[in-house]
Amino acid sequence: MNTPVRRVAIAVMVMILLLMTNLTYVQVVKASDYRNDPRNQRVLLAEYSRKRGQISADNQILASSVETDDRLRYQRQYSDGKVYGPITGYYSVIYGSSGIERAADSVLNGSDDRLFGRRLSDLITGRDPSGGNVVLTLDPDVQQTAYDQLERKGYAGSVVAIRPQTGEILAMVSTPSFDPNPLASHNSEQQNSAWKADESADPPVLINRAISETYPPGSTFKLIDTAAALSSGRYTPDSQLTAAPRITLQGTNTTLENFNGNACGTAATASLKDALQRSCNTAFAQLGADLGEQAIRDQANKFGIGQSLTIPMPVAPSTIGDIQDTAALEQSSIGQRDVALTPLQNAMIVATIANGGQVMAPYLVKEIQSQELDPVETTEPDRLGRAIDPAVAQTLTQLMVNNENSYSGAGKITGVQIAAKTGTAEHGNDPKNTPPHVWYVGFAPADNPQVAVAVLVESGGDPNDLAATGGAVAAPIGRAVIRAALGGGQ
Amino acid sequence: MAAPDLRSEPAPAAPAPLPTGRGIELVLLAFAAVLVTGALVLVEANQEQELTRVLLFVGLAYLGLFTAAHFAVRRFAPYADPLILPCVALLNGLGLVMIHRLDLAEIDQALALGRDAPTELIGRQVAWTAIGLLLFVAVLWAVRDHRTLARYAYTAGFTGIALLALPGLLPSSLSEVNGAKIWIRLGPVSIQPGEFAKILLIIFFAAFLVQKRDLFSTAGRRFIGMELPRARDLAPLLLAWGMSVGVLVLESDLGTSLLFFGILLVLLYVATERVSWMLIGITFFLGGCVLAYHLFAHVRVRVQIWLDPFADFSGSGFQIGQALFGLGTGGVGGTGLGAGRPDLVPFAESDFMLSSLGEELGLIGLAAILVIYLVLITRGLRSALAVRDSFGKLLATGLAFGIALQIFIVAGGASKLIPLTGLTLPFLSYGGSSLVANYALVALLLRISHAARAPLPRRPAVPLPPIAEAGTELVERPR
Repeated sequence: MNTPVRRVAIAVMVMILLLMTNLTYVQVVKASDYRNDPRNQRVLLAEYSRKRGQISADNQILASSVETDDRLRYQRQYSDGKVYGPITGYYSVIYGSSGIERAADSVLNGSDDRLFGRRLSDLITGRDPSGGNVVLTLDPDVQQTAYDQLERKGYAGSVVAIRPQTGEILAMVSTPSFDPNPLASHNSEQQNSAWKADESADPPVLINRAISETYPPGSTFKLIDTAAALSSGRYTPDSQLTAAPRITLQGTNTTLENFNGNACGTAATASLKDALQRSCNTAFAQLGADLGEQAIRDQANKFGIGQSLTIPMPVAPSTIGDIQDTAALEQSSIGQRDVALTPLQNAMIVATIANGGQVMAPYLVKEIQSQELDPVETTEPDRLGRAIDPAVAQTLTQLMVNNENSYSGAGKITGVQIAAKTGTAEHGNDPKNTPPHVWYVGFAPADNPQVAVAVLVESGGDPNDLAATGGAVAAPIGRAVIRAALGGGQ
Repeated sequence: MAAPDLRSEPAPAAPAPLPTGRGIELVLLAFAAVLVTGALVLVEANQEQELTRVLLFVGLAYLGLFTAAHFAVRRFAPYADPLILPCVALLNGLGLVMIHRLDLAEIDQALALGRDAPTELIGRQVAWTAIGLLLFVAVLWAVRDHRTLARYAYTAGFTGIALLALPGLLPSSLSEVNGAKIWIRLGPVSIQPGEFAKILLIIFFAAFLVQKRDLFSTAGRRFIGMELPRARDLAPLLLAWGMSVGVLVLESDLGTSLLFFGILLVLLYVATERVSWMLIGITFFLGGCVLAYHLFAHVRVRVQIWLDPFADFSGSGFQIGQALFGLGTGGVGGTGLGAGRPDLVPFAESDFMLSSLGEELGLIGLAAILVIYLVLITRGLRSALAVRDSFGKLLATGLAFGIALQIFIVAGGASKLIPLTGLTLPFLSYGGSSLVANYALVALLLRISHAARAPLPRRPAVPLPPIAEAGTELVERPR
């Protein structure tokens, strides 16, 4: 009777082996499929059972987690949701996350390596494990001013303010905006309806125009032409350029004309300084053609155009497009054709001029903190290279001061010298009958820059205002933001 | 039948004291207590409970309980296998920790939803553990020689069948829980008589087969190199098969049905040593499967869930789908005791104990648990090899294989190896009947292993006529 008992023992071992093999299949081979299956709530529940870190700026808490009494233990709450929504992003059970919530997720959920020591001590002391905090570089006053300026008039647009010496982003606004609070609701019904409303909104609200949309820069691009011209050594502010009201693009029958078809002053030629101040298209088309594609492209690249940046959200790369012939170069030189910049990129350009030509990497995260608000890591300003010589920057600043002083328009600040450039860019399929995008870029004070701003208002802020200009629509906003940044209040 | 098994071994020349292994048992029990206490501390830490000295007392109480069992073994079966009780203690302890852990999750959940905290299951399970250990000691005390059980074979058989059939015949209000009519509900206490019937029927079949072994071994016709049994000898197989089908029809209990048929088939094979019985049995089994598939809607549903649990995830596939998610999330290392969400799986503390353990202990933990089971089962089968009487061999094989098959059915079901059937993991799962019955089962295994390992001279050398020697077993034949 022993032989069959031995065989039974072998059979039992085979059975156990079968179980282990199958478990290996389930727990190793299929493990990640099962773990990441959307119907598997475990990862989600674990995520929501930990207290997520807060997002703050200058002692103002922008996003924090509060304990709830439902199935998911913590709920995300945003103060001033619409003002900061495009930056903080949302944190939704159904729709995932965006903005800082997404870009700094590892810190906020506590899994970041830099928080390892804290996690270890949580484990030993039995403290509730929770995420680290993120402190932003934003200045709430500037942010609020910028938001109010755009929102009050119902503009779709964006404002970016940067501290030139460091690259700290002081304000980053995109309007119209959304409130991330209903998206963070634990009520799926509420989440759904908020998402549907946000997603179908026109103009869109879920995008951060400052970093994910590119717009033709129009005349603000003439700063790059001027920088290239001055850097070439062949031009000075007094160099003479054509003053013709219109020119024919080389090799085509297309004409390119100045704003309203005006001549660039009364003489046959105009100086570079005057051409920039009057923003004469023909002069800069000629200048671009003379400098050549390579010079313009090199100068644009040195200012950061074409680079992929993370702030820590990824920034859409700006571009000057494929310039295939001289005609294209002439059009590109006035910031049209395929040239497209993000508002952040345009702010970076003026910030670089303000910083003596040194490009600083823009950033939003000032500091990472432990759960007890102790600093864990402070972001050091990062130099990206030199775009122009300090002397060229100095000259450009003078030219921009000259521009600003010639602009009319509201919001001038007594006692503060601004250096600026406006832009009015055609866009769309029927540019002559579509209100242009309007820009204002600048920095102040000109002799000791504290802030650089870029303001963009989509389609002139008014669908019927074909005559909208940067000077009239965008400049007052830019000045208000500068005033706020310099501590002047609103 | 191999001749050496029938002969008594010659008595050792010098009866030097044989090692009983009781010391090893005690050390291993202490080791199990350390492991279980450690597991409990981990659960409390991960569930953010206060770590107090109470945990140490719980660990000591557990050790105390099993030390008492150990002394009972020392007293009543000193030569019993020293590995069996520690294996059981460790499994039982891990089960208690997991049930406590799931209690904490349920309480958390209830508090979060603003409901009253549910009754903790752990209290009942601890009580059942105590009752189980009492029965364990009682069986060791009452059954001094396992061969006496053979005398009560028919009593055991009838009682077993009655217990098995009772829930099926009772009105559903008294016997049905979650669709399976396998319970007897007596006020607050529910008993699953099938668990006890399992042991009784193994006793009956072992005795019956030993008695009629020659009959079944008689050769019938030869067929492809195999000797087929005579048609009239198929009766016990038919009985087993009929019983299983009966369970299935009356009680909708696929697992128990499969378990009984498997155990009885293996007993028949061991008793007759003829592979043909296995083949015929498997044919019967396959026939039964086809029949059941066509006749019973719930069997069809089970098979469909098994083939694709995610086809109807929110409905019938929810349990197994959640169990797979739990196992997958646990992965190789597991989330750590108390750090996962095993409570998301319905019946996490009973039918799906495997996925609960797999989620938090990972593949490594499950493999360790399966190895503990394997040790327990192989020690049982070893006793079957070593014990001198045929009834003991059959009984030990049946009991040990019963545990193995039950684990295979329930663990295979919960991990989608085979269709899901409701059974408990012995010693690990929540459930009083299963726990208490399995303690009785282990007591019998210990008793047999004692008989296998005890030095022979303890039996009085009654002068017997030489002719009686050949038929030692017949002396024990039930009268």
